[in-house]
Amino acid sequence: MTDALKSRIADVFDEPACGTNVSKSEQQRKKGCAKPLTPGAAAGGCAFDGAKIVLQPIVDVAHLVHAPLACEGNGWDNRGAASSGSELYRIGLTTDMTELDIVMGYGEKKLFRAIRETIESQNPPAVFVYATCVPALIGDDIDAVCKAATAKFGVPCIPVNAPGYVGSKNLGNKLAGEAMLDHVIGTMEPAETTPCDINIVGDYNLSGELWQVKPLLDRLGIRILGSLAADARYKQVAMMHRARVTMMVCSKALINVARKLEERYGIPYFEGSFYGISDTSDSLREMCRILVERGADPGLRDRCEALIAEEEAAIRARLAPYRPRVEGRKVLLYTGGHKSWSVVAALQELGMEVIGTSVRKATEDDKGRVVEIMGDDKHMFDNMAPKDMYRLLKDAGADILMSGGRSQFVALKARMPWVDVNQEKHEPYAGYMGMEDLVRAIDRAVNNPMWAELREPAPWDLPLTAGRTLPAPAGPCPVTGIPAGPSRPVTLVPPLPPFASPPAAGGPAVTDFASSRTDFEDC
Amino acid sequence: MAKLIHPKRALSTMPLKSSAPLGAAMAYLGIERAIPLFHGSQGCTAFAMVHLVRHFKEAVPLQTTAMNEVSTILGGADQIEEAIENLRRKAAPSFIGIASTALTETRGEDVPGELREILSRRTDFADTAVVYASTPDFDGALQDGWAKAVEAIVGALVPRVTERDVDMRQVTLLAGSHLSPAEVEELVRMIRAFGLSPVVLPDISTSLDGHVSDDWSGCSLGGTPLADIGRIARSAFTLAVGESMRRAAQMLEDRTLAPFRVFQSVTGLKPVDAFVRTLMGLAGVQDPPPSIRRDRARLIDAALDAHFHTGGLRVAIGADPDLLFSLSNALTSMGAEVVAAVTTTQHTPLVDRIPSGEVILGDLGDLQRAAQAGGAQLLLTHSHGRHVEHALHIPLVRVGFPVFDRIGAQDVCRVGYRGSRAFLYEIANTVQSIHHRARPEDFGAAPIPEEFEHVPHAARH
Repeated sequence: MTDALKSRIADVFDEPACGTNVSKSEQQRKKGCAKPLTPGAAAGGCAFDGAKIVLQPIVDVAHLVHAPLACEGNGWDNRGAASSGSELYRIGLTTDMTELDIVMGYGEKKLFRAIRETIESQNPPAVFVYATCVPALIGDDIDAVCKAATAKFGVPCIPVNAPGYVGSKNLGNKLAGEAMLDHVIGTMEPAETTPCDINIVGDYNLSGELWQVKPLLDRLGIRILGSLAADARYKQVAMMHRARVTMMVCSKALINVARKLEERYGIPYFEGSFYGISDTSDSLREMCRILVERGADPGLRDRCEALIAEEEAAIRARLAPYRPRVEGRKVLLYTGGHKSWSVVAALQELGMEVIGTSVRKATEDDKGRVVEIMGDDKHMFDNMAPKDMYRLLKDAGADILMSGGRSQFVALKARMPWVDVNQEKHEPYAGYMGMEDLVRAIDRAVNNPMWAELREPAPWDLPLTAGRTLPAPAGPCPVTGIPAGPSRPVTLVPPLPPFASPPAAGGPAVTDFASSRTDFEDC
Repeated sequence: MAKLIHPKRALSTMPLKSSAPLGAAMAYLGIERAIPLFHGSQGCTAFAMVHLVRHFKEAVPLQTTAMNEVSTILGGADQIEEAIENLRRKAAPSFIGIASTALTETRGEDVPGELREILSRRTDFADTAVVYASTPDFDGALQDGWAKAVEAIVGALVPRVTERDVDMRQVTLLAGSHLSPAEVEELVRMIRAFGLSPVVLPDISTSLDGHVSDDWSGCSLGGTPLADIGRIARSAFTLAVGESMRRAAQMLEDRTLAPFRVFQSVTGLKPVDAFVRTLMGLAGVQDPPPSIRRDRARLIDAALDAHFHTGGLRVAIGADPDLLFSLSNALTSMGAEVVAAVTTTQHTPLVDRIPSGEVILGDLGDLQRAAQAGGAQLLLTHSHGRHVEHALHIPLVRVGFPVFDRIGAQDVCRVGYRGSRAFLYEIANTVQSIHHRARPEDFGAAPIPEEFEHVPHAARH
């Protein structure tokens, strides 16, 4: 690891805007935030993955990964960040380093050539060059290559220094943000600015979720000037410094970007979410409040309230028909962060019962909200081992699991409906209209007639009532080769207990399951 | 319970059904060394033959009595006699299955009577079994013709018994017209797995399965041997697959005293469970073969994987009643919604059981209109449905007859645990292949301002 990268990482870890970090002692703060991973029980992305997640939704940029094939070959085209324009970001570009490149040290030359070919063939506004573990190990200086390439070809080539081994996905998010701060943000000026220009940071427009919210902004006359990086163009990142307010969506992963935008350009930021009805309203309210504070037309706040009142009434009316279809169903939520409570509130409003919610990666504030909404903290849990979750789903009488993709088979193999509420999902659930989509997805999952059929006993789990009707066949079965006759006597089994018995009263509750220290899923 | 709609119109656009004589011909082709013979004009036969050839990609030995102007007016008995004589000389078939057509039915001749007379007079025809089914083109569809042909075979060739002398391991499988060769084979495999030995009637799994034989033959290669049809009298039980096989199963019971059960569907978990349960009872085994257990477990997993795509899926389906019922039943059990159902014949009580608000007795034009009105996302019908596919921009899964723009129609299997699994995959994969990519406009959002868009410049270096 180069010294520059080392100090960069130390810098990123010492985040003054991070509550957790601030509450640490000086001694602890020096150690940084990296949690040692448990070998054999770690399943999460690396820093490169994290950097790519943040930057990939910049849709007109060429994303060139300097790496042996695995990094990009195994990782591209796996997320549903939607674009309303260029499709360039969907193309996997990599230097595909071979043994010879590594041993002979051809990496830098190959990268330079790859950048040239990228620019010639794709004509992008910029090339993002990602360093990965192997070139970092052998000492390829991608900063120097990018600098030379920029000078030679006249197209900005941006080094993104986040090799996988430096740390987690979360760290990679932050390093990607730093790369933007260093090389992109502030390099272009918008043709004109308005008092209602905003930045959106930390949203990736998965399945088009940003577009579910954008009509609300359109109606308020709010323009998304800068974006990192939902449906973003390169220019939008370059112009971020001219926005009036930054909304940090859902996660503190890019808090360094939000803070530095404030420090360097005086743009205030707030943390908000477009997930759930009340969250969406709160975010719009806060956004308008700050814009007005910073010089926008004061009427904006009234228009915002009117919009919220109208939209909330409309969505509540649209959700009403689903109420009888989902009322009384028991939900186990396995997600994290603010979703631990924002979704709970929405589901409870529909008469669903949330029997448990995970609070992984949730802040103390988030946990407080869970307690506030659910009455006590008995329903909160941290990580749960799949084995425990399987038992909980089977025994605690849940009707549906809502989680990310990695727990889906825990639910499915327990013959339990599952709805994806995580990043890999294929349906957008943002804003007011997204809530309807989410509830429709729940309805579709729990009310699928398939579940009843799948839980029926197999034909052979019910005893034959009539018993043998035919004599034993002579000779083996022609298909299976199973010998016939006395070796396969008829067994009339005793009746089995009812298959789909309701959970016994006093069965295990969420609290009966120990939390696991292992991270099973990202949220 | 679905309501049957008869559209009030004179014009049929893009026909869905194939005619009854064609169904009869297909059933006859499931008999060993058979030649189906259409009693009608040459054209009736030629069209049917082309239809069959395009679907099965096989030479089909379909023949005609070649009625002409004179014979149409004077009566076609001589034509039949001459046809039998010529066929015997040319191809020496063991079985000739005659199907009437609209032409001869409109004329109204007494073919059974004439045939009886011919056969009693021509003792030299004795080593060829001749069977006749009345299948006017203007009544019913492929499925009805098939059923009538099977009934004709049972009526003519299965001996009556007064006392049961039963081979307790033998069962009769009456295969409906909606089963492909591979599907008949799958059912046979399942029956055999329980140690039972099936006699299949008709057995297209050995005649229209697309095998290459060592020798050319002017009649069907494979199919139910005539000797086996005689042996049906000793079967312990009749498994009838397809509601249209009920009459034939009832006839068998009347003749051979064998009890029967009709399986209206063998696609989907529940229907196959019922089939397996019957086989368990027949074989007297509580423990099914491991392969059957495993296939069921795998179907359950397939259902879990597929339900994300089938849940809430709006499908439009057009097919003969037996196929319409089994496929729409399997889809609705997976959470899909049948928004348009079109069928071909009203001669079935099944229409009432189709899981859809209404069933239209109509054509592909009706299917297109109903699919559009119902916001269908997926079409299931035969190859002609591709016109609807193009018009509505929704994908088509080819089912039924004819499937002429894909090869391997004979190998498609959607029955049993294994076939149901394949069917679920097929549906889910088709849905996935047209993955919808959202646009800002879909949600009412304005496009990104032009100023942010990159205008590609010529590369400089």
